[in-house]
Amino acid sequence: MKAVGRFLFRKRGHGGAWHWTDVVTWIWLILGTIIMFGPALWLVSSSFKGPAQLAEFPPTLLPYVQEVANVEGHDTPLPLYMVTMEDGSTRVMAEIRRIGTSAQMVDPADPQERVSVPLVDRQPLREVGLALNNYVDPFLAFDFMRYLGNSVFVTVAATLLTLLTNSMAAYALSKYRFRGRDAVMLLIVATLMVPLSVILVPLYSVVSSVGLLNSLWGVILPTIATPTGVFLLRQYMLTIPDELIEAARMDHASEWQIYWRIVLPLAAPALAVLTIFSVVWRWNDFLWPLIVLSRRELYTLQIGLNTYAGELNVQWHYILAMTVVTMIPVVLVFIFLQRFITTGIAGAGIK
Amino acid sequence: MARFGETVGRVAALPLVLIARALDPLLRLWQRWTGTGGMIAFFLLPNMAIFGVFVIIPLVLNVVYSLTGGIDILLKDRPFIGFDQYGRLLECQDYLQPTTCREDQFWTAVRNTALFVFFQVSLMVCVSMITALILNRKIAGRGFFRAVFFFPVLLSPVVVGLIWRWILQRQGLMNLIVTNLGFDPVVWLNDRFYAFSAAVGVSTWAHMGFYTLILLAGLQAIPRDLYEAAEMDATPASRVFWRITLPLLGPNLAVVLVLALIRGVQIFDEAYVLTGGGPGTSTLFITQYIYEVGFASFLRNPGLAAAASILMGLVLVVLTLVQLGLSKRAEKERAR
Repeated sequence: MKAVGRFLFRKRGHGGAWHWTDVVTWIWLILGTIIMFGPALWLVSSSFKGPAQLAEFPPTLLPYVQEVANVEGHDTPLPLYMVTMEDGSTRVMAEIRRIGTSAQMVDPADPQERVSVPLVDRQPLREVGLALNNYVDPFLAFDFMRYLGNSVFVTVAATLLTLLTNSMAAYALSKYRFRGRDAVMLLIVATLMVPLSVILVPLYSVVSSVGLLNSLWGVILPTIATPTGVFLLRQYMLTIPDELIEAARMDHASEWQIYWRIVLPLAAPALAVLTIFSVVWRWNDFLWPLIVLSRRELYTLQIGLNTYAGELNVQWHYILAMTVVTMIPVVLVFIFLQRFITTGIAGAGIK
Repeated sequence: MARFGETVGRVAALPLVLIARALDPLLRLWQRWTGTGGMIAFFLLPNMAIFGVFVIIPLVLNVVYSLTGGIDILLKDRPFIGFDQYGRLLECQDYLQPTTCREDQFWTAVRNTALFVFFQVSLMVCVSMITALILNRKIAGRGFFRAVFFFPVLLSPVVVGLIWRWILQRQGLMNLIVTNLGFDPVVWLNDRFYAFSAAVGVSTWAHMGFYTLILLAGLQAIPRDLYEAAEMDATPASRVFWRITLPLLGPNLAVVLVLALIRGVQIFDEAYVLTGGGPGTSTLFITQYIYEVGFASFLRNPGLAAAASILMGLVLVVLTLVQLGLSKRAEKERAR
């Protein structure tokens, strides 16, 4: 225990009193953890609250659901309330129906006796619980299943194509000498300067003239020739020794075989980094799908969410739940692959 | 974990392996026929074709669009009007007063973006610098805290926007905190000042982890013996920071600064989901202006949007060239 304590509160240098910088460090780290994780946790907690609870102020930290009880003579469970009686005592009662500003209530222990109680004299009885309908309804009643499918399709197809085209180009640019190689490389690096937002209008016209408007392929194709991916893979492939390739050529391997049986497996670490990046990029894409897709059944999750959140009557209980669903793949990537990403960024300075 | 990932990867790759194998005889024929040159062309073709169609051609067309008028998206229906679109964008009596300009929305967006970039980049550099310095210390659970600050970077802009919209709404968490501190609740996103500040704060929250990582990599590349020497001379910590850390981190800091500038100029997604440009035009930024003029607004004008995007592109090109120069210098310094 003592060793753990010493480890946790290790200070600048060894031994000695706490330096003020240690205090600042820990305040910063703890506050930082709250600010970075807090909003997402708040979202998850809110996403399990029912619509009535979401409209309350002050909001509670945890989601609650109304307690219910089965009362003799009623088919469905009735909601329970804490009722303040006229003599000041309190009783737990179930609501049968509301009439104007009062409610007809019944004591679950004594189902025969009905009492009329003014609404102001009662408090709902609640327990910590999850409003799972927030998650179930959007998939059944709305198009979220389809949005999810579209998002998965776009992400998987775009990532596979990105890996294929980028690795082929990177292979040619790293393992062959030919005239114009530097020019091609320069062209690719130069297009790093051209973000999507600069070519929105003409790109729209190109995509429309090849007939890809309102098609998921119109979302996928313009994104797959990423200069970052080519650059990253090429830098990695340059470190693969040429002797391996020469030896394969001696054994009459075709160039295509050399590419997919020797170079690709050896470039696996770089391919893994690019896969992670590509999945996160494509899953999160917003502006371009927003422009290409105008038919509702083609929306990706991001566009669908934004559309529902932009409606006049925002149904927050559904929006919050679907935001959590949208967040899940990225959180999984974060939990399992965070190490690869952080080293990838530190190494190449890309995102 | 690694073993499991490998198995999954193998199974997923199986159909691809079969396709690759099936392609081999065909490509052998192609190789015999055209030689290595033909194979190089084959390897480059898919990527470069997509590049050409979806990046190079649009780049050229962008200029054409900006020089033509009308509301049609089809080029053959668009009359040539020279530099009128640029003239329209730049016509202004007083550039500091957007309302005196012909395209007041454009200048509002330019002013908002400039202010946004100024505040967001300053905040971003300060916060990520402090975080990187702290994460570079010998602290318990450094890997965990590094991950903590990186977490929001992966979230989609829509998720980021919605999370904060939910926190900043009338019955939200922010008002809970504010009322507990004894202040009156505020409808944050309906107030021009707070909405703009929220856009700055939220985008900093979402991206600071990325810049922190770059700075942290730079800090870790500083040779330890320099600090040891300083410790032996009993140099005060502030002096160590100004004389050793900052100069040696300089190139990384410059890269972070310019990268943040480039990204700041293009701000759109999370701000759009958070505020939708409002209230009024208080959070209207250039990319949203281009999007709305080009696609969404009632008075669509693709030419005007193209001209505005070219002006923005020029700013970005200058910034990127600066960045490339700085990275090259950083690399040289590291090699030395």
